Amino acid sequence: MLTHLEAVARDPDFEHPRYTLGPVIAGGGMGVVYRARDRLLDRDVAIKLVPAVGSDPVLGTRLEQEARILARLDHPGLVPVHDLGRLADGRAYYVMRLVEGERLDQNLAVTPSLPERLRLFLRILEPVAFAHAKGIVHRDLKPANIMVGPFGEVLVLDWGIAKLRGPAQDPPPTTGATGPGVTGAGAVLGTAGFMAPEQALGRSATVDERADVYALGAILRDLLRGHPSPPRPLLAIRDRAMAVAPESRYASVQALAAEVSRFLNGQVVEAYRESPLERVGRFLARHRIAVTLILAYLVMRLALLLLARR
Amino acid sequence: MKKPVLGLILGGVLGVFDGLSALISAPEVSPQIGQIVAGSTFKGLLAGALIGWVSRRVRTLGAGILWGGLIGLFFAALITLMQKLSGEPVYYWEIMLPGAIVGTIVGYATFRYQEGRQPAKA
Repeated sequence: MLTHLEAVARDPDFEHPRYTLGPVIAGGGMGVVYRARDRLLDRDVAIKLVPAVGSDPVLGTRLEQEARILARLDHPGLVPVHDLGRLADGRAYYVMRLVEGERLDQNLAVTPSLPERLRLFLRILEPVAFAHAKGIVHRDLKPANIMVGPFGEVLVLDWGIAKLRGPAQDPPPTTGATGPGVTGAGAVLGTAGFMAPEQALGRSATVDERADVYALGAILRDLLRGHPSPPRPLLAIRDRAMAVAPESRYASVQALAAEVSRFLNGQVVEAYRESPLERVGRFLARHRIAVTLILAYLVMRLALLLLARR
Repeated sequence: MKKPVLGLILGGVLGVFDGLSALISAPEVSPQIGQIVAGSTFKGLLAGALIGWVSRRVRTLGAGILWGGLIGLFFAALITLMQKLSGEPVYYWEIMLPGAIVGTIVGYATFRYQEGRQPAKA
Protein backbone atom coordinates (compact mmCIF):
# COMPACT_ATOMS: atom_id res chain seq x y z
CA MET A 1 0.00 0.00 0.00
CA LEU A 2 2.78 2.42 0.99
CA THR A 3 4.79 1.45 -2.09
CA HIS A 4 1.75 2.11 -4.27
CA LEU A 5 1.21 5.53 -2.68
CA GLU A 6 4.86 6.39 -3.15
CA ALA A 7 4.65 5.36 -6.80
CA VAL A 8 1.54 7.48 -7.32
CA ALA A 9 3.24 10.44 -5.64
CA ARG A 10 6.42 9.90 -7.62
CA ASP A 11 5.01 9.30 -11.07
CA PRO A 12 3.58 12.40 -12.62
CA ASP A 13 0.05 12.76 -13.76
CA PHE A 14 1.00 13.09 -17.36
CA GLU A 15 -2.16 13.01 -19.37
CA HIS A 16 -1.16 14.69 -22.58
CA PRO A 17 -2.91 14.71 -25.95
CA ARG A 18 0.36 14.02 -27.74
CA TYR A 19 2.79 12.19 -25.46
CA THR A 20 2.60 8.90 -23.59
CA LEU A 21 5.05 8.61 -20.71
CA GLY A 22 7.25 5.55 -20.41
CA PRO A 23 9.89 4.37 -17.96
CA VAL A 24 12.45 6.56 -16.23
CA ILE A 25 15.73 6.87 -18.15
CA ALA A 26 17.69 9.09 -15.80
CA GLY A 27 17.04 10.98 -12.65
CA GLY A 28 18.52 13.68 -10.53
CA GLY A 29 17.64 16.54 -8.31
CA MET A 30 17.22 18.92 -11.23
CA GLY A 31 14.76 16.76 -13.12
CA VAL A 32 13.72 13.27 -14.15
CA VAL A 33 14.01 12.06 -17.72
CA TYR A 34 11.41 9.65 -19.07
CA ARG A 35 11.24 7.72 -22.26
CA ALA A 36 8.02 8.66 -24.01
CA ARG A 37 6.06 8.22 -27.20
CA ASP A 38 5.13 11.09 -29.46
CA ARG A 39 1.82 9.80 -30.83
CA LEU A 40 1.53 12.62 -33.38
CA LEU A 41 4.82 11.94 -35.12
CA ASP A 42 4.92 8.27 -34.14
CA ARG A 43 8.39 8.33 -32.64
CA ASP A 44 10.14 7.81 -29.34
CA VAL A 45 11.23 10.90 -27.47
CA ALA A 46 12.57 11.83 -24.05
CA ILE A 47 10.73 14.06 -21.62
CA LYS A 48 12.44 15.84 -18.78
CA LEU A 49 10.31 17.21 -16.00
CA VAL A 50 10.61 18.53 -12.53
CA PRO A 51 10.56 15.83 -9.82
CA ALA A 52 7.10 15.18 -8.52
CA VAL A 53 7.47 15.37 -4.79
CA GLY A 54 8.79 18.28 -2.74
CA SER A 55 10.37 20.02 -5.68
CA ASP A 56 11.59 23.58 -5.41
CA PRO A 57 9.57 25.90 -7.68
CA VAL A 58 12.85 27.42 -8.91
CA LEU A 59 13.61 24.10 -10.60
CA GLY A 60 10.78 24.78 -13.01
CA THR A 61 12.36 28.07 -13.99
CA ARG A 62 15.71 26.34 -14.47
CA LEU A 63 14.15 23.59 -16.56
CA GLU A 64 12.53 26.14 -18.83
CA GLN A 65 15.79 28.04 -19.14
CA GLU A 66 17.57 24.79 -19.99
CA ALA A 67 15.05 24.08 -22.73
CA ARG A 68 15.38 27.59 -24.16
CA ILE A 69 19.17 27.34 -24.14
CA LEU A 70 19.09 24.01 -25.92
CA ALA A 71 16.60 25.37 -28.42
CA ARG A 72 19.13 28.03 -29.42
CA LEU A 73 21.78 25.41 -30.14
CA ASP A 74 21.38 23.56 -33.41
CA HIS A 75 24.35 21.19 -33.54
CA PRO A 76 24.74 17.42 -34.12
CA GLY A 77 26.38 17.12 -30.72
CA LEU A 78 23.48 18.73 -28.86
CA VAL A 79 20.08 17.24 -28.20
CA PRO A 80 17.33 19.10 -30.05
CA VAL A 81 14.32 20.30 -28.08
CA HIS A 82 10.92 19.57 -29.58
CA ASP A 83 8.52 21.06 -27.08
CA LEU A 84 8.18 22.87 -23.76
CA GLY A 85 5.21 23.11 -21.46
CA ARG A 86 3.63 22.84 -18.03
CA LEU A 87 1.60 20.01 -16.55
CA ALA A 88 -1.81 20.54 -14.99
CA ASP A 89 -0.13 20.80 -11.58
CA GLY A 90 2.21 23.52 -12.87
CA ARG A 91 5.37 21.43 -13.14
CA ALA A 92 7.53 22.26 -16.12
CA TYR A 93 8.58 19.73 -18.72
CA TYR A 94 10.31 19.71 -22.06
CA VAL A 95 10.46 17.18 -24.85
CA MET A 96 13.72 16.31 -26.59
CA ARG A 97 15.23 13.72 -28.87
CA LEU A 98 15.68 10.31 -27.30
CA VAL A 99 19.39 9.62 -27.01
CA GLU A 100 20.60 6.05 -27.43
CA GLY A 101 24.07 5.14 -26.29
CA GLU A 102 26.23 4.95 -23.20
CA ARG A 103 27.80 7.49 -20.91
CA LEU A 104 31.37 8.48 -21.56
CA ASP A 105 32.69 6.81 -18.42
CA GLN A 106 31.07 3.54 -19.51
CA ASN A 107 32.35 3.94 -23.05
CA LEU A 108 35.94 4.46 -21.88
CA ALA A 109 35.96 1.01 -20.41
CA VAL A 110 35.71 -0.42 -23.93
CA THR A 111 37.93 2.16 -25.64
CA PRO A 112 41.44 1.28 -24.55
CA SER A 113 43.33 2.89 -27.44
CA LEU A 114 44.69 6.32 -26.55
CA PRO A 115 44.34 7.79 -30.08
CA GLU A 116 40.70 6.65 -30.16
CA ARG A 117 40.08 8.29 -26.80
CA LEU A 118 41.64 11.49 -28.01
CA ARG A 119 39.56 11.51 -31.19
CA LEU A 120 36.49 10.98 -29.01
CA PHE A 121 37.65 13.87 -26.86
CA LEU A 122 37.89 16.10 -29.93
CA ARG A 123 34.31 15.23 -30.81
CA ILE A 124 33.27 16.33 -27.32
CA LEU A 125 34.92 19.70 -27.84
CA GLU A 126 32.93 20.53 -30.97
CA PRO A 127 29.47 21.08 -29.47
CA VAL A 128 30.97 22.87 -26.48
CA ALA A 129 32.85 25.27 -28.77
CA PHE A 130 29.64 25.78 -30.73
CA ALA A 131 27.75 26.66 -27.55
CA HIS A 132 30.48 29.11 -26.54
CA ALA A 133 30.18 30.79 -29.93
CA LYS A 134 26.48 31.27 -29.12
CA GLY A 135 27.36 32.80 -25.77
CA ILE A 136 26.48 29.78 -23.63
CA VAL A 137 28.71 28.17 -20.98
CA HIS A 138 27.77 24.67 -19.81
CA ARG A 139 29.29 24.78 -16.31
CA ASP A 140 28.68 21.10 -15.55
CA LEU A 141 30.75 19.18 -18.07
CA LYS A 142 31.65 15.71 -16.83
CA PRO A 143 31.71 12.15 -18.22
CA ALA A 144 28.22 11.45 -16.85
CA ASN A 145 26.83 14.30 -18.98
CA ILE A 146 28.34 13.04 -22.22
CA MET A 147 26.74 10.29 -24.24
CA VAL A 148 28.47 8.25 -26.89
CA GLY A 149 26.11 6.87 -29.51
CA PRO A 150 26.31 3.49 -31.24
CA PHE A 151 28.14 5.03 -34.21
CA GLY A 152 30.62 6.97 -32.11
CA GLU A 153 28.61 10.19 -32.21
CA VAL A 154 28.94 12.37 -29.13
CA LEU A 155 26.16 14.28 -27.38
CA VAL A 156 26.64 16.75 -24.57
CA LEU A 157 23.71 16.60 -22.19
CA ASP A 158 22.29 18.31 -19.14
CA TRP A 159 22.48 22.04 -19.70
CA GLY A 160 20.55 22.61 -16.51
CA ILE A 161 23.01 25.06 -15.02
CA ALA A 162 24.26 26.54 -18.29
CA LYS A 163 24.89 30.22 -18.28
CA LEU A 164 24.15 32.79 -20.95
CA ARG A 165 26.99 35.23 -21.30
CA GLY A 166 26.04 38.54 -19.79
CA PRO A 167 25.06 39.92 -16.38
CA ALA A 168 22.42 38.43 -14.13
CA GLN A 169 21.79 35.36 -16.28
CA ASP A 170 21.62 32.83 -13.42
CA PRO A 171 18.23 31.72 -12.15
CA PRO A 172 17.84 32.13 -8.40
CA PRO A 173 19.58 29.45 -6.33
CA THR A 174 17.53 26.60 -4.92
CA THR A 175 16.42 26.71 -1.33
CA GLY A 176 17.13 23.03 -0.63
CA ALA A 177 19.79 20.48 -1.49
CA THR A 178 18.02 19.08 -4.51
CA GLY A 179 20.83 17.83 -6.69
CA PRO A 180 24.48 16.98 -7.00
CA GLY A 181 26.86 19.90 -6.85
CA VAL A 182 24.19 22.40 -5.83
CA THR A 183 24.65 23.85 -2.39
CA GLY A 184 21.76 24.77 -0.26
CA ALA A 185 21.93 28.52 -0.13
CA GLY A 186 24.85 29.67 -2.31
CA ALA A 187 25.58 30.04 -5.99
CA VAL A 188 28.06 27.19 -6.30
CA LEU A 189 26.93 25.39 -9.42
CA GLY A 190 28.79 22.39 -10.77
CA THR A 191 30.28 19.03 -9.81
CA ALA A 192 33.28 18.54 -7.57
CA GLY A 193 36.30 17.28 -9.46
CA PHE A 194 35.22 19.01 -12.65
CA MET A 195 34.33 22.44 -11.35
CA ALA A 196 36.75 25.26 -12.02
CA PRO A 197 38.16 26.95 -8.88
CA GLU A 198 36.29 30.16 -9.60
CA GLN A 199 33.08 28.17 -9.79
CA ALA A 200 33.82 26.43 -6.50
CA LEU A 201 34.31 29.82 -4.86
CA GLY A 202 30.83 30.85 -5.94
CA ARG A 203 32.04 33.59 -8.28
CA SER A 204 29.29 32.91 -10.71
CA ALA A 205 29.47 36.31 -12.34
CA THR A 206 33.12 35.81 -13.39
CA VAL A 207 32.66 32.30 -14.74
CA ASP A 208 33.18 32.19 -18.49
CA GLU A 209 34.16 29.71 -21.22
CA ARG A 210 37.42 28.95 -19.44
CA ALA A 211 35.45 27.19 -16.71
CA ASP A 212 34.36 24.72 -19.38
CA VAL A 213 37.99 24.47 -20.53
CA TYR A 214 38.85 23.45 -16.97
CA ALA A 215 36.13 20.81 -16.95
CA LEU A 216 37.30 19.50 -20.32
CA GLY A 217 40.81 19.27 -18.90
CA ALA A 218 39.37 17.19 -16.07
CA ILE A 219 37.68 14.95 -18.63
CA LEU A 220 41.02 14.60 -20.41
CA ARG A 221 42.51 13.64 -17.05
CA ASP A 222 39.94 10.85 -16.82
CA LEU A 223 40.69 9.77 -20.39
CA LEU A 224 44.36 9.42 -19.52
CA ARG A 225 43.65 7.52 -16.33
CA GLY A 226 44.56 3.87 -16.64
CA HIS A 227 47.09 4.51 -19.39
CA PRO A 228 50.41 3.05 -18.19
CA SER A 229 52.53 6.02 -19.27
CA PRO A 230 50.62 8.98 -20.70
CA PRO A 231 52.76 11.02 -23.09
CA ARG A 232 54.22 14.12 -21.48
CA PRO A 233 52.78 16.52 -24.05
CA LEU A 234 49.29 15.26 -23.18
CA LEU A 235 49.95 15.70 -19.49
CA ALA A 236 51.08 19.24 -20.23
CA ILE A 237 47.88 19.92 -22.18
CA ARG A 238 45.83 18.56 -19.28
CA ASP A 239 47.74 20.67 -16.77
CA ARG A 240 47.34 23.82 -18.79
CA ALA A 241 43.61 23.26 -19.28
CA MET A 242 43.25 22.69 -15.53
CA ALA A 243 45.33 25.66 -14.44
CA VAL A 244 43.98 27.31 -11.30
CA ALA A 245 44.01 30.79 -12.80
CA PRO A 246 41.64 31.15 -15.77
CA GLU A 247 44.13 33.36 -17.59
CA SER A 248 46.69 30.53 -17.50
CA ARG A 249 44.36 28.10 -19.25
CA TYR A 250 43.61 27.81 -22.94
CA ALA A 251 41.59 30.87 -23.84
CA SER A 252 39.04 28.83 -25.73
CA VAL A 253 37.90 25.31 -26.45
CA GLN A 254 39.16 25.74 -30.03
CA ALA A 255 42.66 26.38 -28.69
CA LEU A 256 42.44 23.21 -26.61
CA ALA A 257 41.17 21.28 -29.64
CA ALA A 258 44.01 22.61 -31.79
CA GLU A 259 46.55 21.42 -29.22
CA VAL A 260 45.12 17.92 -29.05
CA SER A 261 44.95 17.78 -32.86
CA ARG A 262 48.59 18.81 -33.07
CA PHE A 263 49.52 16.02 -30.69
CA LEU A 264 47.57 13.47 -32.73
CA ASN A 265 49.29 14.68 -35.92
CA GLY A 266 52.76 14.37 -34.39
CA GLN A 267 53.27 18.12 -34.37
CA VAL A 268 54.69 20.42 -31.73
CA VAL A 269 52.42 20.99 -28.72
CA GLU A 270 52.58 24.54 -27.41
CA ALA A 271 52.03 23.55 -23.79
CA TYR A 272 55.08 21.31 -23.75
CA ARG A 273 58.71 22.25 -24.28
CA GLU A 274 60.37 19.21 -25.75
CA SER A 275 64.04 18.35 -25.56
CA PRO A 276 66.12 18.06 -28.79
CA LEU A 277 66.04 14.29 -28.42
CA GLU A 278 62.25 14.30 -28.11
CA ARG A 279 62.03 16.54 -31.17
CA VAL A 280 64.10 14.08 -33.20
CA GLY A 281 62.03 11.20 -31.88
CA ARG A 282 58.80 12.97 -32.85
CA PHE A 283 60.16 13.69 -36.35
CA LEU A 284 61.17 10.08 -36.80
CA ALA A 285 57.83 8.82 -35.52
CA ARG A 286 55.91 11.17 -37.81
CA HIS A 287 57.92 10.19 -40.87
CA ARG A 288 58.68 6.64 -39.89
CA ILE A 289 57.86 5.14 -43.27
CA ALA A 290 60.08 7.54 -45.20
CA VAL A 291 62.84 7.12 -42.63
CA THR A 292 62.55 3.34 -42.88
CA LEU A 293 62.80 3.44 -46.66
CA ILE A 294 65.81 5.74 -46.64
CA LEU A 295 67.52 3.65 -43.99
CA ALA A 296 66.81 0.54 -46.05
CA TYR A 297 68.47 2.21 -49.04
CA LEU A 298 71.53 3.19 -47.00
CA VAL A 299 71.83 -0.26 -45.44
CA MET A 300 71.53 -1.81 -48.86
CA ARG A 301 74.27 0.45 -50.24
CA LEU A 302 76.50 -0.40 -47.29
CA ALA A 303 75.86 -4.11 -47.78
CA LEU A 304 76.75 -3.85 -51.47
CA LEU A 305 79.92 -1.95 -50.59
CA LEU A 306 80.98 -4.61 -48.12
CA LEU A 307 80.23 -7.36 -50.62
CA ALA A 308 82.23 -5.59 -53.30
CA ARG A 309 85.26 -5.26 -51.03
CA ARG A 310 85.41 -8.94 -50.11
CA MET B 1 52.31 20.46 -58.88
CA LYS B 2 50.96 17.24 -60.33
CA LYS B 3 52.10 13.92 -58.93
CA PRO B 4 53.78 12.73 -62.17
CA VAL B 5 55.81 15.96 -62.21
CA LEU B 6 56.82 15.46 -58.59
CA GLY B 7 57.73 11.88 -59.42
CA LEU B 8 59.75 13.07 -62.39
CA ILE B 9 61.75 15.54 -60.31
CA LEU B 10 62.23 13.22 -57.36
CA GLY B 11 63.14 10.27 -59.56
CA GLY B 12 65.65 12.38 -61.47
CA VAL B 13 67.33 13.75 -58.35
CA LEU B 14 67.48 10.37 -56.66
CA GLY B 15 68.72 8.89 -59.91
CA VAL B 16 71.70 11.25 -59.87
CA PHE B 17 72.61 10.27 -56.31
CA ASP B 18 71.98 6.63 -57.01
CA GLY B 19 74.30 6.76 -60.01
CA LEU B 20 77.02 8.55 -58.05
CA SER B 21 76.78 5.98 -55.26
CA ALA B 22 78.20 3.44 -57.70
CA LEU B 23 81.56 5.09 -57.06
CA ILE B 24 81.38 3.68 -53.55
CA SER B 25 79.73 0.33 -54.05
CA ALA B 26 81.51 -0.54 -57.32
CA PRO B 27 84.68 1.58 -57.60
CA GLU B 28 85.85 -0.28 -60.64
CA VAL B 29 83.18 1.46 -62.74
CA SER B 30 84.52 4.95 -62.01
CA PRO B 31 85.78 5.45 -65.60
CA GLN B 32 82.18 5.13 -66.79
CA ILE B 33 80.63 7.18 -64.01
CA GLY B 34 79.34 9.86 -66.40
CA GLN B 35 77.51 7.23 -68.39
CA ILE B 36 76.24 5.59 -65.26
CA VAL B 37 74.89 8.81 -63.78
CA ALA B 38 73.25 9.79 -67.09
CA GLY B 39 71.61 6.40 -67.37
CA SER B 40 70.55 6.37 -63.75
CA THR B 41 69.08 9.86 -64.05
CA PHE B 42 67.19 9.03 -67.22
CA LYS B 43 65.86 5.85 -65.62
CA GLY B 44 64.88 7.85 -62.54
CA LEU B 45 63.00 10.42 -64.63
CA LEU B 46 61.01 7.79 -66.50
CA ALA B 47 60.32 5.62 -63.48
CA GLY B 48 59.47 8.66 -61.32
CA ALA B 49 56.95 10.04 -63.80
CA LEU B 50 55.27 6.66 -64.14
CA ILE B 51 55.24 6.10 -60.38
CA GLY B 52 53.67 9.53 -59.91
CA TRP B 53 50.99 8.70 -62.45
CA VAL B 54 50.24 5.38 -60.76
CA SER B 55 50.12 6.98 -57.30
CA ARG B 56 47.09 8.99 -58.44
CA ARG B 57 45.24 5.78 -59.00
CA VAL B 58 46.08 3.70 -55.95
CA ARG B 59 44.06 4.05 -52.77
CA THR B 60 46.48 3.01 -50.04
CA LEU B 61 50.00 3.95 -49.05
CA GLY B 62 51.05 0.32 -49.12
CA ALA B 63 49.90 -0.01 -52.72
CA GLY B 64 51.74 3.20 -53.63
CA ILE B 65 54.97 1.93 -52.11
CA LEU B 66 54.57 -1.50 -53.67
CA TRP B 67 53.91 -0.14 -57.17
CA GLY B 68 56.82 2.26 -56.78
CA GLY B 69 59.12 -0.62 -55.90
CA LEU B 70 57.90 -2.76 -58.78
CA ILE B 71 58.24 0.04 -61.34
CA GLY B 72 61.68 0.92 -60.01
CA LEU B 73 62.66 -2.73 -60.18
CA PHE B 74 61.33 -3.01 -63.74
CA PHE B 75 63.36 -0.10 -65.07
CA ALA B 76 66.44 -1.29 -63.20
CA ALA B 77 65.97 -4.70 -64.78
CA LEU B 78 65.86 -3.03 -68.21
CA ILE B 79 69.23 -1.46 -67.49
CA THR B 80 70.76 -4.80 -66.54
CA LEU B 81 69.26 -6.34 -69.69
CA MET B 82 70.83 -3.61 -71.79
CA GLN B 83 74.16 -4.27 -70.11
CA LYS B 84 73.90 -7.95 -70.81
CA LEU B 85 72.93 -7.44 -74.44
CA SER B 86 75.84 -5.08 -74.95
CA GLY B 87 78.27 -7.59 -73.47
CA GLU B 88 79.23 -5.38 -70.55
CA PRO B 89 79.67 -6.75 -67.05
CA VAL B 90 76.26 -6.86 -65.38
CA TYR B 91 75.82 -5.58 -61.85
CA TYR B 92 72.48 -7.12 -61.01
CA TRP B 93 72.35 -6.46 -57.28
CA GLU B 94 74.03 -3.06 -57.53
CA ILE B 95 71.44 -1.88 -60.03
CA MET B 96 68.19 -3.69 -59.29
CA LEU B 97 68.17 -3.49 -55.52
CA PRO B 98 68.82 0.28 -55.30
CA GLY B 99 66.44 0.83 -58.20
CA ALA B 100 63.65 -0.97 -56.37
CA ILE B 101 64.21 0.89 -53.11
CA VAL B 102 64.42 4.27 -54.82
CA GLY B 103 61.15 3.35 -56.49
CA THR B 104 59.54 2.70 -53.11
CA ILE B 105 60.77 6.09 -51.86
CA VAL B 106 59.29 7.87 -54.88
CA GLY B 107 56.11 5.84 -54.51
CA TYR B 108 55.81 6.88 -50.87
CA ALA B 109 56.50 10.54 -51.56
CA THR B 110 54.13 10.85 -54.52
CA PHE B 111 51.31 9.06 -52.72
CA ARG B 112 51.60 11.28 -49.67
CA TYR B 113 51.82 14.45 -51.73
CA GLN B 114 48.57 16.43 -51.92
CA GLU B 115 48.06 17.95 -55.32
CA GLY B 116 46.93 21.58 -55.14
CA ARG B 117 43.38 22.40 -56.27
CA GLN B 118 42.87 24.42 -59.40
CA PRO B 119 41.30 27.84 -58.78
CA ALA B 120 37.70 28.10 -59.91
CA LYS B 121 37.26 29.72 -63.26
CA ALA B 122 34.82 32.62 -63.55
